[in-house]
Amino acid sequence: MQLTGADIVVKSLEKEGVEFVFGYPGGAALHIYDAFHRQNEVEHILVRHEQGATHAADGYARSTGKPGVVLVTSGPGITNAVTGIATAYMDSIPMVVLSGQVMKPLIGYDAFQEIDAVGISRPCVKHNFLIQDVEEIAETIKKAFHIATTGRPGPVLVDIPKDITAQVAEFLYPESVEMRSYPEPATAQPSEIVTAVEAMLNAKRPVVYTGGGVVLAHAQEGLRDMVKTLGFPCTNTLMGLGAYPHDDPQFIGMLGMHGTYEANMTMFESDLIIALGARFDDRITGTLDNFAPNAKVIHVDIDPSVIDKNIKADIPIVADVKEVINAFNAELGRRREDINPSLIANWWEKIRAWQGLDSFWYEKSDTIIKPQFVVEKLHEVTGGEAYVTSDVGQHQMFAAQFYGFSDTHKWINSGGLGTMGFGLPSALGVKIAHRDADVACITGEGSIQMCIQELATCKQYDLPVKVINLNNRYLGMVRQWQEFSYEKRYSNSYMDSLPDFVALAEAYGHVGMQIDKPGDVEGALREAFAMKDRLVFMDFITDQQENVYPMIESGKGHSEMRMRPGSASLAE
Amino acid sequence: MRHIISVLLENESGALSRVSGLFSARGYNIESLTVAPTNDPTLSRMTIVTTGDERRIDQIEKQLNKLVDVAALKDITRGGHLEREIVLAKVIVTSAQKAELETIVKAFNGSLITVSDTQCIVEMSGSSEKVDELLKSLASLTIIELARSGVTGLSSDESSLTA
Repeated sequence: MQLTGADIVVKSLEKEGVEFVFGYPGGAALHIYDAFHRQNEVEHILVRHEQGATHAADGYARSTGKPGVVLVTSGPGITNAVTGIATAYMDSIPMVVLSGQVMKPLIGYDAFQEIDAVGISRPCVKHNFLIQDVEEIAETIKKAFHIATTGRPGPVLVDIPKDITAQVAEFLYPESVEMRSYPEPATAQPSEIVTAVEAMLNAKRPVVYTGGGVVLAHAQEGLRDMVKTLGFPCTNTLMGLGAYPHDDPQFIGMLGMHGTYEANMTMFESDLIIALGARFDDRITGTLDNFAPNAKVIHVDIDPSVIDKNIKADIPIVADVKEVINAFNAELGRRREDINPSLIANWWEKIRAWQGLDSFWYEKSDTIIKPQFVVEKLHEVTGGEAYVTSDVGQHQMFAAQFYGFSDTHKWINSGGLGTMGFGLPSALGVKIAHRDADVACITGEGSIQMCIQELATCKQYDLPVKVINLNNRYLGMVRQWQEFSYEKRYSNSYMDSLPDFVALAEAYGHVGMQIDKPGDVEGALREAFAMKDRLVFMDFITDQQENVYPMIESGKGHSEMRMRPGSASLAE
Repeated sequence: MRHIISVLLENESGALSRVSGLFSARGYNIESLTVAPTNDPTLSRMTIVTTGDERRIDQIEKQLNKLVDVAALKDITRGGHLEREIVLAKVIVTSAQKAELETIVKAFNGSLITVSDTQCIVEMSGSSEKVDELLKSLASLTIIELARSGVTGLSSDESSLTA
């Protein structure tokens, strides 16, 4: 079948099973937009800013496990998309970004809206391509999806000059692609599994530490079986929340900078760390000087470069984490009689004592809304079943600490890059994929203004997400660091001249609410979530002085957490 | 420690910048980098000379391997290997110095190309160490211009790097 390059692009997406493309048109992409107009198989969602397109595709990908797809034009189209591409890159999210490019004969002549898209995106993509010939389009798109979704996932950019999308070629979509320089991921050796399980069976102070890799690999069921079989404590990273149920007695909470005291102390005093799909980043480890000084480390990851990068692994296993966990479970099944719960009884006693400090404790108030209280009530009202996206800052940590996740793919936040503006567009991407589910975007008055224009996209496509704006009139996390480390010099962290969010929401055609009394929080949430077909923007006026505790401050380690003043640990 | 990493790279546009971008983004040293096509026209061979402790070299190899355009790589300094660099040095030479220069160049198995009555180009290939030694021996002469190719190399056993 002879098709134009533009039609080949769209047909290729159809062949890949793409349902939605998030994008924004412009000159260099117009042939492709015309091709979209000629078909009904792939739906194009028109966002209001290219950053929004990437975050929406990202939210779609994180909540479904399928790759998110973005279409932008050349020049500012692609530069606006870079933040969202980098966000996906840092969190290993599968994404394919198609960008229009100026006509091939004009490349290199500083043409209107010309930018070196391949060059500008190189540090934040898994791979990228500049298409040189109409005959290459289908195979390149096939390769892009293959690379984005296999191994450690990530974003792949395909830059397509405009003239090529007008040329004609035979359309043949390849069934598969072979790339000698992109081999299949490694698999675990049986001996590695045996060695690792042997270490588990002999551990006296073990901990299972899991990250985003377990979510990406859909390995949560195997993980739960493994942790149950062993009877070990389990902690999740910010990216890994939901992999182990928050209310299970073996769950010791999130670890890291704002994790629980017990999770960090358990890591610190452990004799065996079983790291699954996690990469020991600085927000998890604190200073490396005194990191888990007595621990042996089993490190499982599909990406060999994360092994020994920050923490030396004693038993490294490079393979798909789901396959490894299944292999662990099979081996544990064979060695069931060697599992000795009494070996870790003292360990659990110690952990229970740490848990007794209740490190997420905060002072309740009946006069001022505490942000933690809003998140707790949100959990109640949604039955803990909502998809929750967040922006970046204090509200993100409160969401992670207090929502309580029981499933993977439901907690959606920018963990690696820490991108403000992520929450609302990612929520709309989630809602498109899960029309019947509750989708809440927990945000702050700083972050929400970075991509607030996507309220219009939500209106156009009827995407009734619920925006939970924890409005403390400060860039809260910046203010907190300034309080702790800069002697309360609040340089540029106060947000003056805030818009009337209720009026703003209404101007976009949505429902706005402002809540300023703790007694109104639950009722307002129930009212908002009862409005199934309306986007409700809930502006919660919260405590300006609230801080996120506990905290591993910069340069400190797991055993040196700063606890909330007045909390049990200090009262002792 | 100095390491020579030999990389087989897909002969694609932009492949070189992926490698050089990786080194600058992650703060790895590059002492020299050479790249040219191989007998297989779809592959280029890149030779990178870098320095770092074991952990850093391990990371460099892993990060290079992650690049989709990298087909294979080997740290050839981990075994017997041959390294060669070409040096061209344009020097001012008086007729009184000419005989001495010829002796030095001969001792290094190099050659002399006459540019004019007062200038000539010294050409030599050898290990970087040998090139350094040659340049030291030329200290009494004025070097107008110097061009070193950077290192290229191969393992000196029967192993070979293949895509």
